[in-house]
Amino acid sequence: MKSRIFRAPEGSSTGGASEAATLSTAPAVGAHASAPLGPIKIAARDVSVFYGEKQALFDVSLEIPDKTVTALIGPSGCGKSTFLRTMNRMNDTIPGTRVTGRIEMDGEDINDRKIDPVLLRAQVGMVFQKPNPFPKSIYENVAYGPKIHGLASTKGEMDEIVQKSLKRAGLWDEVADRLHSPGTGLSGGQQQRLVIARAIAVEPEVILMDEPCSALDPIATAKIEELIDELRERYCIVIVTHSMAQAARVSQRTAFFHMGKLVETGDTEEIFTNPRERRTLDYITGRFG
Amino acid sequence: MIWIFLLLLIAFAVLAYVAGRALAVRRSRGAKSHSRPGQHGLYALSWVGAPALAMLIAASVFSTSIEQQMMRAGAPDSVAQLEPFRREAFFADARLVGAGQEARQIWPAPYAEDLPAEGRRAHRIAATLNWGGGVAALIAAVLGGLFVFTRIRPDLRARNKVEGWITGVLFACSAVAVLTTLGIIFSLVIDSLRFFSMVPITEFLFGTKWSPQIAIRADQVGSSGAFGAVPLFAGTFLIMAIAMAVAAPIGLFSAVYLSEYSGKKTRAMVKPALEVLAGVPTVVYGFFAALTVGPALRVFFNGIGDMLIGGPLNGLGIYLSLVQNQMALVAGAVMGIMLIPFVSSLSDDILNAVPQSLRDGSYAMGATKSETIKKVLLPAALPGVAGALLLAVSRAIGETMIVTMAAGLAAKLTLNPLETVTTVTVQIVTLLTGDQEFNSPKTLAAFGLGLTLFVVTLLLNIVAMRIVQAYREQYD
Ligand SMILES: Nc1ncnc2c1ncn2[C@@H]1O[C@H](COP(=O)(O)OP(=O)(O)OP(=O)(O)O)[C@@H](O)[C@H]1O
Ligand SMILES: [Mg+2]
Repeated sequence: MKSRIFRAPEGSSTGGASEAATLSTAPAVGAHASAPLGPIKIAARDVSVFYGEKQALFDVSLEIPDKTVTALIGPSGCGKSTFLRTMNRMNDTIPGTRVTGRIEMDGEDINDRKIDPVLLRAQVGMVFQKPNPFPKSIYENVAYGPKIHGLASTKGEMDEIVQKSLKRAGLWDEVADRLHSPGTGLSGGQQQRLVIARAIAVEPEVILMDEPCSALDPIATAKIEELIDELRERYCIVIVTHSMAQAARVSQRTAFFHMGKLVETGDTEEIFTNPRERRTLDYITGRFG
Repeated sequence: MIWIFLLLLIAFAVLAYVAGRALAVRRSRGAKSHSRPGQHGLYALSWVGAPALAMLIAASVFSTSIEQQMMRAGAPDSVAQLEPFRREAFFADARLVGAGQEARQIWPAPYAEDLPAEGRRAHRIAATLNWGGGVAALIAAVLGGLFVFTRIRPDLRARNKVEGWITGVLFACSAVAVLTTLGIIFSLVIDSLRFFSMVPITEFLFGTKWSPQIAIRADQVGSSGAFGAVPLFAGTFLIMAIAMAVAAPIGLFSAVYLSEYSGKKTRAMVKPALEVLAGVPTVVYGFFAALTVGPALRVFFNGIGDMLIGGPLNGLGIYLSLVQNQMALVAGAVMGIMLIPFVSSLSDDILNAVPQSLRDGSYAMGATKSETIKKVLLPAALPGVAGALLLAVSRAIGETMIVTMAAGLAAKLTLNPLETVTTVTVQIVTLLTGDQEFNSPKTLAAFGLGLTLFVVTLLLNIVAMRIVQAYREQYD
């Protein structure tokens, strides 16, 4: 089954040298397509996003199950990041942005006036393309969210949260003896795991990742992918990626975007082996993009 | 006269360019030339222009001393035996008479009758020197031209040579700036050394009494001269501290507002307005301080004083009711207002240099705007902001006009912002304006103060630049 999933990207021109290296060094995580999907965590209905006059997303409707990795794929500029940002309302921070439609999380509209985006973002963590640790110590980076949201009342509790988060992010063993040195002094891959630790320190329910491995080398990428697969047990994860192989390896659901529209969505295995749409097939086999 | 030569030289240079170009075209016929004809032309031009220019500069530098030598050498005995300063005064008048103007002095002395003849001689000497310089320049141009025209050949690397000339000119320009600075430092140091040979450096640095008046005649009273600069440093520090207390928070917060809160439109209006404020001449701030802020504050404090008199705070009331227009607070506050645009503009740049990804990271954690600013932006920008503040401090220390107009002249050793104080810069101005005797410690004290000020601001600037620089590198 696995080999069937990999076949499409391997035959495609997107699989460059580094990609091939990743494939061979990647641990056997793979997509457990047969694993049961959780209940629907986030449901987007007819979501459109406008940057000023320009419309970047057109009536996107997508259901994202819990305890699952959902991959958003599509050519550059098709609106993947834009869609990702609607889910934690980060578009609110860009002046002139307008979002229409409904996005429900656990059945509640997150664009409702009652919802405070600040609290929403504590529930929906985000990891960016370029690792962006704050210019503070490793400890302070992880403690940032818990401090803001008042999750720890004593130093001991905070220590515990920091340690637990770093462990879950698979970074503890590497930084345990230098928690108070600057986070910016870590390697790129370590920095990315640090910001993942920072995101999970506030116990979110959803983690959004925007091309989390595109600035990393194959080995660091493999580590993050392994981590994503572990995190799936607890969180609902949405990941934007340009690597077909990565989407195939880590995700169970895939959504293909093109020109601001959602073209096709389904089980990853389904999309990669037997897409319904011609455009999807063309994209995953590298015929355009 | 000099204009004719200059015009001639320019004509020569243009001619050299045209001729060099044409020559290059002719000589390279058939062969492939290394450089383009225009570059040969420029090369020829530089060899004609540069020697002539050098000659003109040399002539104007040395002509004064040559002229003096010649005047002295040919002077009649009656003039030659005069004391030097009388002799130079006489020559100065001779030059005026020679140029057809009135003599400045009245010459009762017997040698006055020599004035017309000496005037004619001065005129002749000046004309000779002028012509000499001009002709020498022309000759240099011609020689340079002859030299260069023999060298124009297809394989001449004219392009590289022209580049070399350009490098040279640019280097010379930057050297002027550096050398001038070095010269200023040198003269500061020399004159300061003279001052410190009259007044011990320990007295200057640690003395607490500043009263630079020195008796010129023995019978003058009350002016023995005291050169303890501590009150001046204290005054400078006091005013700087007040100014920074105003400028640092307001400047910083307005920078935060501009870079994080204001919309595009507000920013587009406020930022240029702030930068215009930075261009207001300090003398304008000075009279704003002296004529508006000073009286207003005095009325305010006098009013409070009057209310307190007779109550439990009677002493304070009496003190406040006697406060004057001129006080450190006025100068400091207005100087702070002057520094606001400086601080906010620099801090705004620094805040903008903090990568957007840090803001996004913080917002994505569920931080509010002010939490993001307080916990991420300001710590990240802190070193840079500290650098900006240090630059502002060194401007505050060097500022003169506002203090002269609003803080008074009395050198008092106090940290009370309601007293009149004086600063290092203000004392330099008062020491060097008006009649002065160049060798008295009173005048030389200005150089001692200047040197101290220079060293302090230099150190501040170096530290500030280092910090700002290190901060820039952090995100590259
Ligand atoms: N802040 C913004 N202001 C205006 N237009 C924007 C902004 N951000 C994105 N866009 C536009 O919206 C469209 C979708 O952008 P988006 O960043 O979502 O694409 P993407 O799929 O993430 O692309 P990539 O794979 O290159 O990251 C693009 O046409 C882009 O130019
Ligand atoms: Mg993107």
